[in-house]
Amino acid sequence: MKTILSRPVYGTLSPQAGKSHLLIADAEGASAILDLAKQAPADFFASAHIMFIPGRTGDSFQASLKALKPAQYYEGPSIAAALPRLTWTLANAHMGLRVYLAGTEGLIGQMMQAAIEAGIDPASIQTEHRGSWARRVQCVHCKGITENVTTQPATCSHCGLLLLVRDHYSKRHAAFQGVCINAEDPTEIPQTEEIFR
Amino acid sequence: MSAGTNKINVTVTEVVAVNELVKRFHFERTDGGNLPTFSGGAHVVIEMRDNGTTRLNPYSLMSSPLNTRDYTISVRRDDVGRGGSLFMHNRVKRGMEMVISYPVNLFSLDLRAKKHLMIAGGIGITPFLAQTAQLASTGGNFELHYTCRSEALGSYSEVLRERYGNRVSLYLDERNERIPLERLLATQPLGTHIYVCGPAGMIKWVRDTAATHGWPDDSVHYEHFAAPQPGTPFDVKLAVSGLEIRVGEQQSLLEAIEAAGVDPPYLCRGGVCGQCETNVISYDGTFKHNDHWLSDEEHCSGKKIMPCVSRFEGRSLVLER
Amino acid sequence: MGINFRKETFRDDFTFRNSPEQVKRFPFPYHEDAYMYSVNIEPHVAGPKNSVFEHLIDVDEHYVSEMQDRAMVLAEDPLRCQSLPHMTLAGWDLLELLMTEMAKGYPEHFTLTQDGDRWRWINRPLGIDDTFTFGDVSTLPYGPMEYITRQSQGDFAILDQRDGNLWMDAGMITTQADWSLDFDIGMNFFEWHAPVPLAHEMGVFTRALKFLTNIQQGQPARRLNWTMTINPRLDTSPENFHKWGSDRLSVTAENVGQKVHLRVELQTFFRLPRSNALVFPIRCYLLKMDELVSVAKWGRRFHRVLRDLPDELAEYKGLTRYRQTVVEWLSKYDDGAPTSPGFGPE
Repeated sequence: MKTILSRPVYGTLSPQAGKSHLLIADAEGASAILDLAKQAPADFFASAHIMFIPGRTGDSFQASLKALKPAQYYEGPSIAAALPRLTWTLANAHMGLRVYLAGTEGLIGQMMQAAIEAGIDPASIQTEHRGSWARRVQCVHCKGITENVTTQPATCSHCGLLLLVRDHYSKRHAAFQGVCINAEDPTEIPQTEEIFR
Repeated sequence: MSAGTNKINVTVTEVVAVNELVKRFHFERTDGGNLPTFSGGAHVVIEMRDNGTTRLNPYSLMSSPLNTRDYTISVRRDDVGRGGSLFMHNRVKRGMEMVISYPVNLFSLDLRAKKHLMIAGGIGITPFLAQTAQLASTGGNFELHYTCRSEALGSYSEVLRERYGNRVSLYLDERNERIPLERLLATQPLGTHIYVCGPAGMIKWVRDTAATHGWPDDSVHYEHFAAPQPGTPFDVKLAVSGLEIRVGEQQSLLEAIEAAGVDPPYLCRGGVCGQCETNVISYDGTFKHNDHWLSDEEHCSGKKIMPCVSRFEGRSLVLER
Repeated sequence: MGINFRKETFRDDFTFRNSPEQVKRFPFPYHEDAYMYSVNIEPHVAGPKNSVFEHLIDVDEHYVSEMQDRAMVLAEDPLRCQSLPHMTLAGWDLLELLMTEMAKGYPEHFTLTQDGDRWRWINRPLGIDDTFTFGDVSTLPYGPMEYITRQSQGDFAILDQRDGNLWMDAGMITTQADWSLDFDIGMNFFEWHAPVPLAHEMGVFTRALKFLTNIQQGQPARRLNWTMTINPRLDTSPENFHKWGSDRLSVTAENVGQKVHLRVELQTFFRLPRSNALVFPIRCYLLKMDELVSVAKWGRRFHRVLRDLPDELAEYKGLTRYRQTVVEWLSKYDDGAPTSPGFGPE
């Protein structure tokens, strides 16, 4: 796939040297944590905190995550609901904490945003994509963010402009950029295709 | 356009013996006026003209960046080095005119840091004198841990204590005191950056310990100028300028190239900035790489050399200069 | 004496134009009859009289009107000027650089008096006379970067240097060629240039970054970049693209001369002393096609450049809709005669 350099590149989670570990996942992202566990040192989860947002996977991962015996385990209904806990955790954390993010681009992006705010260098954060490729898109015109965008072009849920969803990505906004696709000639209405699944 | 630095004519206004090993030098512009503003961690390159040989050595600026009236540096005497520090100690006197470069900063503060944790060993204290002055003026959050051999050799420890109180901790070898590095690394808030300047062994100790404690590379900063080492003389062919030169025992390859009238770009002259990187066209012998710039792979490739600190032993060496 | 500042607009009725003297000093960016990316960076040294390089910071007849246009953009959208918290020191560095250079280059218009950290700044064209304490943000009506860049032509990006990269961490961007500071702030050199086609593959950005991170105090550098704009509009932001994008359909054979503009950016790079950041002033010059063809060599050469430009570049620069119309119009001014190499007139 041809891409551009601002587009995030996701890797595979692997245990890092550190004093404590914060692992956050949504939906199928849980399986990335389970895979990491297979190669983690014995005492890894004794200093680990797992935050999990099951989403469409229901209760299929909880039991196996808990079986890892993390020092702290949290389960929440949405990213927004989990953020206050994350912000508090980071504000009280020390250097030596390692962060691992797995799941949808929306989860990885928004959790990374909170981690950057707290002073963590994004290059030190481990990420792995699992599950949906739906995008968070910031409309460059009205600045509103549209969640779960699966089509190209997409309609801005705030101002209604028809947006070309670019690969250009901002970590600070945790979003892709959307630019009006028919600004030159508003009478042109390109066909909509479902491409981010 | 080649990188490089502008020069400034200065006059030595004061030479102070700080202790039995360290002397401090003050410089003002010979034409009066102010020196360029700089940022904490910057160095200048001092030109030393010593009976026909020219040495260009980098020294960290230790004066406050807020003061542009004069620059000060401190030089530790090295009796077995190539003579740069001995020249400064024995020959440089008050009133002497010298040439220095514009300030260059290869060890700057990361201003995003929520806290700056500084670790100094011996004469490695000098960049921190400037950095702490800069941070103190803007209410920056810092802590300095300074280790040296003895009370008498702890240059500026009193002045630092006076200025910053218990933000400065001193550890003396003579009292068997050691920086409690593991404890320090475990108790810093997220967003702390660590800075270390001192002997190579100390830098390695701090970097390795920080890595095993889970500190990301980007939050660990270090300044280590490798001084050029003396060695066996060797001959070099400069292919572009068509010259054949000999590098003397006490001379660096870069100095020998410059003495032949060729001026490669440089900034640090200590193997860290990458400016003087030179392509090797052919060789028959062994490289003595001493730089921190080239990767291990490049060191083994036989295709590149950093002439500021690295040497060569063998039959022939042809460089693209 | 001094500059005769024009009263003109860059929106609505578009009364902008260049005086004949201003046309002569336009920084025409092509040294040959073709254009491709290159790392065309050279030392920024004060240059020939009556050129845009005469002073390190150029002030011209459009100064007052451009500053009024900037104030309007900021009133509509304050996000065009942003500075991350760690960039305040760099803002003071920039304030010092701009005040010092403007006062030195144009003493009849600007005066800076320094008594320790007590500074007095007089800007006669804009009617400003402020006394403030250097380093104390509470003594200025805006942060230091915003204060001085509301009084300086061109956009300004301030790049923090760390980990061998440059980070777009502050800027005043109101006359941009189609990029969003609000979106790009915080990105590194490769990330914010990511949408540019071809150049990454050519290694242009890797080489440029190596050069830029080694720019030293007292040794600024510069390069020219270019695009085209329909109507003399300074605010060609992506934020407002849906409002100005349709301008591109309005080009006809009859209106090319007045409506179509060559837009040249003089990009300069200065190391800032206290913060060790790099500032990247991006000065924009507009030239109407009618003004461009008043210099015979420029008419011939620009025709050839535009005609032979690779399609990907034309698309990236947004020229596709009207390129053919402009090439045909320009062909009338190209008799096929050879042009001399270099930027100078024949």
